[in-house]
Amino acid sequence: MASEYAVELKDIEMHFNMSKEKLQSLKEYLLKFLKRQLAYEDFIALNGVTLNIEKGDVFGIVGLNGSGKSTLLKIISGILTPTKGSVVTRGVIAPLIELGAGFDLELTARENIYLNGSVLGFSKAYMDEHFQEIVDFSEMQDFLDTPMKNYSSGMIARIGFAIATMTVPDILIVDEILAVGDFKFQEKCEARINEMMNNGQTTVIVVSHSMGQIERLCRHCAWLEHGNLKMVGDTETVCNAYKSAY
Amino acid sequence: MENEKRSFFKDFKKYLPLLQNLAGKDFKIKYRRSVLGVAWSILNPLLTMLVLTLVFGFMFGIRDYPNVADFACFYIVGAAMWNFFSEATSGSMTSVLAASSLIKKVYIPKYIFPLEKCLFALINFAFSLIAVAIVMAIRFKHIEIGVTLVMLPLPVLYCLLFAVGLSLMLSAVSVFFRDIIHLYGVILTLWMYLTTLIYPLSMIETRINYDSKIQVLALNLIKYNPMSVYINTFRDVVLNNTWPSLEQHLLCLGYGLVMLLIGSLVFKKLQKKFILYI
Repeated sequence: MASEYAVELKDIEMHFNMSKEKLQSLKEYLLKFLKRQLAYEDFIALNGVTLNIEKGDVFGIVGLNGSGKSTLLKIISGILTPTKGSVVTRGVIAPLIELGAGFDLELTARENIYLNGSVLGFSKAYMDEHFQEIVDFSEMQDFLDTPMKNYSSGMIARIGFAIATMTVPDILIVDEILAVGDFKFQEKCEARINEMMNNGQTTVIVVSHSMGQIERLCRHCAWLEHGNLKMVGDTETVCNAYKSAY
Repeated sequence: MENEKRSFFKDFKKYLPLLQNLAGKDFKIKYRRSVLGVAWSILNPLLTMLVLTLVFGFMFGIRDYPNVADFACFYIVGAAMWNFFSEATSGSMTSVLAASSLIKKVYIPKYIFPLEKCLFALINFAFSLIAVAIVMAIRFKHIEIGVTLVMLPLPVLYCLLFAVGLSLMLSAVSVFFRDIIHLYGVILTLWMYLTTLIYPLSMIETRINYDSKIQVLALNLIKYNPMSVYINTFRDVVLNNTWPSLEQHLLCLGYGLVMLLIGSLVFKKLQKKFILYI
């Protein structure tokens, strides 16, 4: 049954026009155009990726740098529109693509929590309700009214993670973010993700270079290489193949 | 495709709190660490008005023309609207570029950003109305304040439509051609001098040579320039106790709707490629 899938990707192709230099003014553009130096390199970041992710699954994506993992996540979360192919997602997506996206460092943590909540599309009443929960989880009680420019990156990540996982989203996208924070907080984050995975409702998509983390968390995995889907299957098979390939 | 199904305004309600929060953030940051804070929103138009009254009202004698019952009022009412327009559009122009870090990481309907700058300009406009009220209270003997004041929101709404439309267009185009950011400042200056902001239309009408085609063209340009139309309607309502004519209403609304339509279409067409260029 098709509706069992939380994410359906069909023949996804993503092309980027990589001009050799970034032309940002009309004059430059015209000059280059007249001289016929407008050289574009068509870069294919993803090439015909077809992938179905089941509801409630914990899905890992592995691959070397530049293999298209982050591009794929951005397509799933709706940030990028693919050049070709179709994307169907079912449910609310909470992107953890980069923690603290949308924080304004001039503002205090308190103000930023509300700002970030609205970036993710939550109402003020909803944020009021969950404010304390976020503060408790991030353990940042003492710094709530400090402008965030005085925060360390780990502190910012804590608040970001707390906001993004405060709700139980239908799809949670985790991209290399568990690397920040001290080990204690990392454990706490993993526990939170585990909790979500076990409720059977949330589909979690994880990108990580830490094979340990992938093996610990994920049930299924996909292996990307140069924009091609090399292998999909259960974690053990894919991870072993991936590790033995390099 | 799911992403395409997210229509232009479908998410609007969901992201309304974001709009409020972003505008609130801009407001806080604008006045953070200034001693007088929000008072600047009122003081600034007052001080500018004083300077311009001195220069144009007295030195250039614009206060002697008909329809300029009182130059201080004449100017500050027009300036409130002009500043709203120029602040909204020039703020919006860079709004998408400035939000690049956000756009690259989270899905947000992108029209939120120019819209937010327009909202922010509208808030500042509301404060500058306090300055307008102060000047009008001081000079009340020289102007006609009357029941037409109830119409005040209407020209503002017309101008808002126009400003949002132009903002959508500028913010989208500036992603691809950043030259516009530099050019627009000059365009705004030219536009301002072609608007009946510091002089009344009657000054041009009494001065030009009607045999000269160029001068007549300039007159029409000034007369039918959307901002002139908005500002004159605004003045009619606030200072002259005059009900705007039906034609005036239609012209105002027409300009606003056409600009909004063009702006929305341009924005909608370009927004998918934003992420590749910011």
